[in-house]
Amino acid sequence: MSVLPALDLGLALLVVGVAAWTIAARNLFASVVGYVAYGLLLAIVWIRLYAPDIALTEAAVGSGVTGVLLVTAGKRLDAIKAAETGAPPGLALRIFVGALAVLVAGALAWVVVTLPTPAPSLAPAAAAAADGPGAGLGNPITAVLMSYRSFDTMLEKVVLILAVLGVWSVGPDKAWGTAPAPLRKAKAEGAMVFLAQLLAPAGALIGVHIFWVGADAPGGAFQGGALLAAMWMVAMMARLTEPPRIDSRILRLALIAGPAVFLVVGLAGLLLAGNFFAFPSAFAKPLILFIEAFMVLSIAVALPMLVAGPPDGSSEP
Amino acid sequence: MSVLIDLFSLAAIGAGVFFFFAGTVGLLRFPDSLSRLHALSKADNLGLGLVVLGLLPRAENPLAAFKLVVVWALVLLSGASTAQLIGRALRRGRK
Amino acid sequence: MSPSILAGLVGAALVGLGLYGLILHPHPLRKLLAFNFIGSGVFLVFGIVARRGAAARFAFDPVPQAMVITGIVVAFAASALAVALILRLAAASGKVTLDPEAWSGPDDGGAK
Repeated sequence: MSVLPALDLGLALLVVGVAAWTIAARNLFASVVGYVAYGLLLAIVWIRLYAPDIALTEAAVGSGVTGVLLVTAGKRLDAIKAAETGAPPGLALRIFVGALAVLVAGALAWVVVTLPTPAPSLAPAAAAAADGPGAGLGNPITAVLMSYRSFDTMLEKVVLILAVLGVWSVGPDKAWGTAPAPLRKAKAEGAMVFLAQLLAPAGALIGVHIFWVGADAPGGAFQGGALLAAMWMVAMMARLTEPPRIDSRILRLALIAGPAVFLVVGLAGLLLAGNFFAFPSAFAKPLILFIEAFMVLSIAVALPMLVAGPPDGSSEP
Repeated sequence: MSVLIDLFSLAAIGAGVFFFFAGTVGLLRFPDSLSRLHALSKADNLGLGLVVLGLLPRAENPLAAFKLVVVWALVLLSGASTAQLIGRALRRGRK
Repeated sequence: MSPSILAGLVGAALVGLGLYGLILHPHPLRKLLAFNFIGSGVFLVFGIVARRGAAARFAFDPVPQAMVITGIVVAFAASALAVALILRLAAASGKVTLDPEAWSGPDDGGAK
C-alpha cells in the first residue's frame, strides 16, 4: 500500500500548483477556469478526508456555481467597457506581501502539525443526535445539520435570503421589481440548446435523487439543491427560460419556504416535544425530510438568483 | 471465473488509463486549440468509457452498475456539447 | 505523513497564496477569487480537525464537516454579493478598481 501516499502527495502538489497558477494567471478568464479545476481537485482531497458530503458540496457550489458566477461577472464587466483598472503593485510591496503570506501560511502549518492528540471531538454528541433526535437518519452529517445544529442550518438559509436581498438592492432604483439580465446576451447556439434540453431533466432527476438518499448516504439538501440550481442555470444559459421578475410572488415564496417551514416546525417542537427545534422521535425522519424538501426548493431558487444578479430593467418589453 | 473478471477489469481500465494519458499528452503537445480539443474529447469519452467498462463487473449491485453507465453517458453528453461550443467559439473568434 | 496532516498543510499554503493574491491583485474580481482561496484553505484546516476527531463509530467528526458544508454555501452567497457590488461600482463609475488613489482625482470619479 505504498501507492496511496504517493497519490496523496501528488494530489496535494497539484492542488497547490493549480491554486498558484490561478493566482498568477494573467487574465481573468484563465484564472476563473483555473479556479474551477482547483475546486474539482479539492473535492478529491475531501474524499480522501472521508468527507464525501463536503466533496459533493465543493464540486457543486464551490467549483461549479461559483465558476458560473465569476464567468458571468467577467462578461458583464467586459460589456461595461470599464477600461480603467488599478495599477499593478511595485516590487517592494510584492516582496513584503510575499513575506507576510509565507509568515501566515507558516504559522498555520505549525498549528496543523502541532494539533493536540488525542483530538477533541464532538462525534459522540453527533452519534447521540443521529440515534436520538435525528432517529432513522443513516447519514450523520444530515443528522447534525438537521437536528444537532438545526438552528445554524436554519439561519444559514436566512443568510442566503439576505444575500439575495443584498444583490437585488444593488441594482438601479428604477429597475426594482423587474427581472435580472439574462445569463447570456446572444441567442443560444444549437449545441447549447441540445445540451440543456437533454441535461436539465436528467440533472434535475439526479438532484432530487441526491437529496433523497442524503438521509442515509452522502448527499442531502445542499447538494441536491445546488444541482437543481445548476440545471435551472443551464436552461437559462440556453435561453430556454429567462430569470423571473423579482417581484414575482411565486419566486419570493419559494425563496422563504425553506427557513419558514424549518422555523414553523421548530416552534411546533416547542409545543409538542418540549424544546425549540426538537422533533417528536416517533416521526423525526419524515419530519426532517419534509423540512429538507422545502430547503432544497429555497436553495435551488436562491443560487440562480444570486448568479443572475440585480434587476437591470433591460429585459423589459 | 473471478480471475477472468479481474483480468478483464485490468485490461479495460489499463486501456482507459492509456487513452487518458494519450489525451493528456495531446492536450499538452498539440499545436492549436482545435486539435487539442480533439485529443481531449477522445480521451474523455473513450478513456472514461473503458474505465467504466472495467468497473462494471465489480459493481456491488445492478443499480450501482447502472449509475456507472449513467455517469459515462452524462460525461459523453456534456463533453461532446462543450467541445462543440468551444470549437464554434474558436471559429467565430478566428474570422 | 498522514493524509490529514498533508491536507492541513495544503490548507495553510492556500491561505498564504490567497492572502498574497488578495492584497496584490489590482482587479476586484481577482481579489474575490483570492479571497475564496483563503476560505477554502480555512475549510481544509477545519476539515482535518474533523478527520482527526474520529470517534464513536465514525471515521470523522460529523459536526465540523456539517459546518464546512454550511460554510461553503455561505461563502458562495458572500461572493455573489461582492460580485454584484463590483459590477455596480464599475457601471456607476467606469472604473474597475478598489485603489483609493484612483478615486481621489480632481473630478471625483463616479460620484454623482
